[in-house]
Amino acid sequence: MPVPRHEYEMYDEERIGALLRAMPQAPEAWVLTAARLPATRRAIEQIAALAGADATFRSQTLEDLEGALARAGLEASPALVEHLRDRL
Amino acid sequence: MTALSTATDAGLVARCRDGDDDAWEELVRRFSRYVLAIAQQAYRLSPADAEDVFQEVFARTYERLGDLRNDEAVRPWIAQLTRRLCIDRIRAGTREAADPEALEAGVDDSLDQLDEALSVQEAMLAMPDNCRDILDRFFRRDESYAVIGTALGLPSGTIASRISRCLGKLRDQLEGREHARPPS
Repeated sequence: MPVPRHEYEMYDEERIGALLRAMPQAPEAWVLTAARLPATRRAIEQIAALAGADATFRSQTLEDLEGALARAGLEASPALVEHLRDRL
Repeated sequence: MTALSTATDAGLVARCRDGDDDAWEELVRRFSRYVLAIAQQAYRLSPADAEDVFQEVFARTYERLGDLRNDEAVRPWIAQLTRRLCIDRIRAGTREAADPEALEAGVDDSLDQLDEALSVQEAMLAMPDNCRDILDRFFRRDESYAVIGTALGLPSGTIASRISRCLGKLRDQLEGREHARPPS
């Protein structure tokens, strides 16, 4: 719904209220997933580094990417599984 | 309110680039409503598609923050990235090639409004905690005077006047920003 704009007053109460309502909160779970990205990426890099140094670990990890993520304390979303596969 | 919540966009970006996880979380929180609103209001993506775009926007932002030429321009940069990912998502779900003009119809107007809404959100950060709380409860969470009164331990008869007073402060803050803004 367009926010009414009155020429005589740039920010009247009605308009501020409408602008405050214009951007609802994102679900907290989405925000937390994005906020934890640095820690998640570091955990993936650790797995990739171990896999680079140990061929057996690498093949075991590739066989069970979800399990590897879970053991690192990460939720195995499809995007994260794909990212780990790319890193390996 | 933390020091990070009042940091400028450029200051936040610089700290993120230095590996400050708290700054990254603040950046995500600062732009989360904006990204979601572009996906759901401007491009009318489904909740599932909006979630995918939301996570992809922040993943790419994290990966490419080093490529940003002007740290102050992080807001339009995120907006542009979100637009591109929304269009990609719509095209991926459409068998026939989607008409780019049709996809973008009305989007600029929506974005203008969302940019203004983001400015209001930023002005809210400079407000006293009690005002921020009461405005958030009333306008964003749709809480009634009675619910707000109970939560804040205030008589419900005083809520309307408090909201009005806080709106006045927010308006002063916004109009001060308008006047302080250099001519473009």
